[in-house]
Amino acid sequence: MTVLAERPSGLAHPEAEHGPTGLLKWLTSTDHKVIGKSYTITAIAFFLAAGIMAMLIRVQLAGPDSTIVSQHTYNELFTMHGSLMLYLFAGPFAFGGIANYIIPLQVGAPDMAFPRLNALSYWLYLTGGLTMIGGFLTVGGAADFGWVAYAPLSDAVNSPGAGPDMWIVALVLTGFSAIFTGVNLVATIFYLRAPGLTMFRLPIFTWNMLVTAILILVAFPVLTAALVMLWCDRHLGAHIYTVSGGGVPVLWQNLFWFFGHPEVYILALPYFGMVTEVFAVFSRKPVFGYRGMIFATITIGALSTAVWAHHMFTTGTVLLPFFSLMSYLIAVPTGIKFFNWIGTMWRGSLQFTSAMLFAVGFLIVFLFGGVTGVLLASPPVDFYVHDTYFVIAHFHEVLFGSAVFGGFSGLYYWYPKMTGRMLREGLGKASFWFMFVGFWVTYLPQYLLGLRGMPRRIAEYSASTGWAGLNLISTVGAFILFVAAAFTVLNLWVSWRSPEVAPANPWDGHTLEWAAASPPVHHNFTWLPPVRSERPVWDFNHPEHTTQVHRRSEGAATGVERVLATGHPDTGEETER
Amino acid sequence: MTAGAPPNSPDASALSVAEAPSPRTALWRRRLALPFLLLGGAVVLAGCNAPSFGAFRGATVQGHDTFKLWSGMMIAGLVVAVIVWGLIFWAVFRYRRRDETIPRQFHSNLVLEIIYTGLPVIIVGGIFYFTVLTENNVDALAKRPAEIVHVTAYRWGWRFNYYSGNNQSQHVLIATKGQPQAVALPATSSVYPQLVLPDDSTVEIYLTSVDVVHEFWVPEFDFGRYAQPGHPNSWDFTTTTTGTFRGQCAEYCGLYHAEMLFTVKVEPKATFQRWLAHQQSAQAHSGALS
Repeated sequence: MTVLAERPSGLAHPEAEHGPTGLLKWLTSTDHKVIGKSYTITAIAFFLAAGIMAMLIRVQLAGPDSTIVSQHTYNELFTMHGSLMLYLFAGPFAFGGIANYIIPLQVGAPDMAFPRLNALSYWLYLTGGLTMIGGFLTVGGAADFGWVAYAPLSDAVNSPGAGPDMWIVALVLTGFSAIFTGVNLVATIFYLRAPGLTMFRLPIFTWNMLVTAILILVAFPVLTAALVMLWCDRHLGAHIYTVSGGGVPVLWQNLFWFFGHPEVYILALPYFGMVTEVFAVFSRKPVFGYRGMIFATITIGALSTAVWAHHMFTTGTVLLPFFSLMSYLIAVPTGIKFFNWIGTMWRGSLQFTSAMLFAVGFLIVFLFGGVTGVLLASPPVDFYVHDTYFVIAHFHEVLFGSAVFGGFSGLYYWYPKMTGRMLREGLGKASFWFMFVGFWVTYLPQYLLGLRGMPRRIAEYSASTGWAGLNLISTVGAFILFVAAAFTVLNLWVSWRSPEVAPANPWDGHTLEWAAASPPVHHNFTWLPPVRSERPVWDFNHPEHTTQVHRRSEGAATGVERVLATGHPDTGEETER
Repeated sequence: MTAGAPPNSPDASALSVAEAPSPRTALWRRRLALPFLLLGGAVVLAGCNAPSFGAFRGATVQGHDTFKLWSGMMIAGLVVAVIVWGLIFWAVFRYRRRDETIPRQFHSNLVLEIIYTGLPVIIVGGIFYFTVLTENNVDALAKRPAEIVHVTAYRWGWRFNYYSGNNQSQHVLIATKGQPQAVALPATSSVYPQLVLPDDSTVEIYLTSVDVVHEFWVPEFDFGRYAQPGHPNSWDFTTTTTGTFRGQCAEYCGLYHAEMLFTVKVEPKATFQRWLAHQQSAQAHSGALS
């Protein structure tokens, strides 16, 4: 039974909102919109900090025998660059920021399932992030064992000091924050859906966040446990990872990557979801192969728990064919997604807003990162290029491709909803073109450097290696990327200083969040359209172009074939539970 | 790829489940056969003249095997990438918004979905087959290697112990500590520890670490392996080229990781034997065998 639920307008009016305002509101709020915005802003701040570290790294490597920063500082920089980008930006930006804000809106809920847990999650994240960065203020400096912290390099003998301890504690804190957000997302998506919004009518972004949240619940507890054991080794003499006490160093690698590989998909799936929404909306078409897309996401999630040891081929301790095959197989659902995205654009009416440009950019760059990923899943090839700039180039292509191209696409797409203001299209497009060019200039030379023998995490190299030219090109590319990011930061600044008011549905959106005001009122919705497909708002706005019902629905005497053959939507009135 | 019915066609023939191969399906089969042939051909034909794509061709038998696999996979990968990029660019340029008409709202095509699921499975299966073949060659251990060298990695240097013949315990110690300030020297400088090996011989390396995880990596051998405390690794390779090759620790191991360099010098067998005898007598005199 779906009826337009017109609420008495006075109830949820913005002016009816009471409670604290300003700073006190920010500190005490349990509203997913306030927390989501806090998360987004904090994550962008960490992104910029990590970006500046990346620039220092690239400046150091621009020429041979460089001494711009000391080796010790360099080691701290790449450790913190990786840690900030992966633990504090790419994940939290997606699941704490955008998803926190958008998921309750996409499922038609007034808030997350556990608002206070949500607030706790943000404060743990902020505390953890500041703790990690605070390592720079200690006498010995920040952690300098790489973002993977391999034992026994991370033990008390090889990495003494407070900085590494703060890194460990910070990850435990942000790990709990991620777990709580995961719990919240799962509960929200399962229990707070609007009437008529069945699982197979959920937007793809919501589906991807559901799988992401489940992966968080699988992966993060393992990391937290591994970190607690590492801390016990460092302070209580536990000898879990040390040979001298009968421990096994490679255990750390197994535990870390059992977290680390699902983590890669925790960082990628949300962005896959964002670009899916963007492709559909700016092509004015439904998502092509909607169910196939969902099963592909679930398959990626499942396979991602069985591929961790492809990071450990060179340890000589893992069964190569199994992990190699599992890793190859992930290419299949990922390939399905690519065809779904292309199919969504096919014969559509494509509008190249900034959001759409970033989404198409994601498609192009992620493809190459994916192809080199397949190469790395081959143990013999991995023996050759493991721990080199080839790997650096590969994972920057996939992670930068998803978290930055995909993330910016999501940001430009949902910014009007989140703030009630538009971003400037001109600045957005400038940001995209600089980023697209800078991306290739930065990372293509790094593939070649890896093949020619440049290992990762080296603070300097001699001129006789012949790497200087390619490194210089890569550094120039990094500066182009820096300019690209600056355009988007400028865009945020401009929209803050001279606002351009956003309507409730600026993009002719498909999903429920576009039925709410921009920004939504305190409890999100004053009315909901009937939900008869995965595009309720589109169906409502374009009754003559509704989504064809392409599934065998309960009580409807029609099959896929008949619908496909007639080319008409299911005419049998669908009855809702 | 969904190029089926003309726009707005009500019968939507491309969307129906094909019972018998229509002329259109036959056309698609022909179109799909081409990339298939390219992929298969690429993997099979990747031999000595295979394009390197910037990689070293491998100065050992095993390294060259790896190189061939690399080259074949790279060709296959690029073929797939170019096809998919082509589809993306076509969609982006062909379907840009020209007017405000709303396009036909199609959303699935079962035949197409089965094809683009099945095709990657077959490609992946093929790649996996060649991977396992190469992997077995690279990982195989010879029963009687010509030389066994125990390599010990430490922060920040390498120690090479030679076991001449099979399991003879008279060994030669050549240890040099990495020199942090010497990085400006050519990478082939004698300041760095040098592993001297006979040409055209199978050499087994027994690798261990005394402190943290390191990686013994010789880019021109297209091979690297971790040196781990508590878990030694053994593998062998057959040298095919004389010369001096750069080697470097690839797994980050702390402060002076960037300077944990070494070189590998492959010389003719006779020269190598003379060098080994010289080292043995020199050390017998000094008695330094720690």
